[in-house]
Amino acid sequence: MTIYTLEKKAYHIREQVIKMLLAAKSGHAAGSLGVADIMTALYFRYLNHQPKKPDWEGRDRFILSCGHLVPVWYATLAEAGYFDQAQLTGLRQFGSKLQGHPKRGLLPGVENTGGPLGQGVSQAVGRALAARLLKAKYRIVCLMSDGEQQEGQVWEALMTASKYKLSNLTFIVDRNNIQIDGHTEDIMPLEPLRAKYEAFGLEVLEVDGHNIKAILDCLSQAEATYEKPTIIMAHTIAGKGVSFMEQEPNWHGRAPNKEEALRALQQLRTLEGRIEHD
Amino acid sequence: MIKELATANGSLRNGFGDALVELGNLNSKVVVITADLKESTRATTFAERFPERFFDVGVAEQNMMGVAAGLAQEGFIPFCTSFAVFNPGRNWDQLRVSVCYDNANVKIIGAHAGLTAGGDGATHLGLEDLAITRVLPNLVVLAPADIHETRMATLAAAAYAGPVYIRFGRSDEPIIFKPGEQFSIGKAKVMREGRDIALYTTGSMLAPTLAAAAYLDSNKVKAAVIHFPTVKPLDKTTAIEYARQTKAVVTVEEHQVDGGFGSAISEVLSENWPVPLKRMGVNNTFGETGSPVELRRKHKLQSSDIAAAAVKLLLKHR
Repeated sequence: MTIYTLEKKAYHIREQVIKMLLAAKSGHAAGSLGVADIMTALYFRYLNHQPKKPDWEGRDRFILSCGHLVPVWYATLAEAGYFDQAQLTGLRQFGSKLQGHPKRGLLPGVENTGGPLGQGVSQAVGRALAARLLKAKYRIVCLMSDGEQQEGQVWEALMTASKYKLSNLTFIVDRNNIQIDGHTEDIMPLEPLRAKYEAFGLEVLEVDGHNIKAILDCLSQAEATYEKPTIIMAHTIAGKGVSFMEQEPNWHGRAPNKEEALRALQQLRTLEGRIEHD
Repeated sequence: MIKELATANGSLRNGFGDALVELGNLNSKVVVITADLKESTRATTFAERFPERFFDVGVAEQNMMGVAAGLAQEGFIPFCTSFAVFNPGRNWDQLRVSVCYDNANVKIIGAHAGLTAGGDGATHLGLEDLAITRVLPNLVVLAPADIHETRMATLAAAAYAGPVYIRFGRSDEPIIFKPGEQFSIGKAKVMREGRDIALYTTGSMLAPTLAAAAYLDSNKVKAAVIHFPTVKPLDKTTAIEYARQTKAVVTVEEHQVDGGFGSAISEVLSENWPVPLKRMGVNNTFGETGSPVELRRKHKLQSSDIAAAAVKLLLKHR
């Protein structure tokens, strides 16, 4: 799959997210769109996995710690073939397996149970310790949001990852600078974030979170780092691909109405206007 | 003064620590995580014998619970140990979501539960842990009474697939059971038969409750004593049966009376077989610095208090 094909796939996943949120009438739009390129890079190039054998022991483990971004996880898993795309519109519906936050065991490919921020980070550390005990070769990748970094548990977990030199573990932080109440640096400043990670003993890489090739390079580089875990600071645009959602804290925790969804889908289908709408 | 049980004492913590080492030998999937309380929770021997399966995550109980969940997701059987006030007191959200909602096979050890943290005072007295654990779906809640039962409860918890919370205190308690005492999760133990009143107890309160029953017997009051080492799932059948036979129940626990074991019994009996009932425990107040004996005296959890409460309840409703 070429990088261009991957980029198109990311836009298709964004379309799915918009449709899912429209049907659900609630959910987190901006963050889900913002990490679509990262999810695409992971599931269609980087991760060693078998969608038809979701419990295959040798698979790489992906942990979504910021559980509110689960719409994009569901859309990505369905696109990768873990389950039928028709299920996607069940997001947040009564009786659906697509719970509003991820629940392990309900759907193939959903590796962790979470929602309350910070918890997946510790789970990922536990997974990495387990892999070491099992002498397993697979890697653990944990995606966090930047607002999540305000949770003390994140730093407890990072200290542990560092203490045990968990080089089999790669963290990705979605640095989009917004959270539900506003901009991170207004609500509770995180900067200097890179220096904080370095002080906690992590190898820090920074990347344009919409440059799939660069994301893949960072993921590879993390594998070549020994003796410590790596964290990739992915600088993203919240709401990426939909002009009126981009960088807007208002869109952190809401879903589009029908008119907004139509405008969003048109922008996404034309790759932000770069190609003619069919 | 009531004569207490004439028996040797034993440390519940040691019962736990011994079981951990046995489990370490038996099952390579058993791992132990502590939050800087290795020695106090008696995980030291396991740590020395199985260093590669022992993790000290420092003073970070929330992370400890999450790390345990991650290990459980890969098939390990993690025991995470700290004091009850922190574990599950400080990491209840992680217990709720990462462990219970996920039905992760994590064993949570709350040491220094009850009034036994001695000089540490109110902050370290675990008096609310039963209330906040028994409300959680999927979670089994155990409160063994002596060293041998604690060992067997620990082995039973490891054999059970799913999350289990075990609480025990710091102090040595009278040895009541034999080594290797059968332990079945969810089963109450009838310690003494009696037709006049039933004394229901859990954890470390079994010994003073048995002493109270013996004293009542010498005064022509026949008290049944039922020990509930499993607070959840509660043995409802036994709870209802002895309420039906005796027509009055006293519950005794080293915990707040609201939300704990006595509340659990009250819920079952009021829905199924209402009888006059008195809950004994800590009554809507925090603890303080003091020896376990001093604190149990203050909170009326000595055998003489239990006997007096039983007589009072009978007189009130005869």
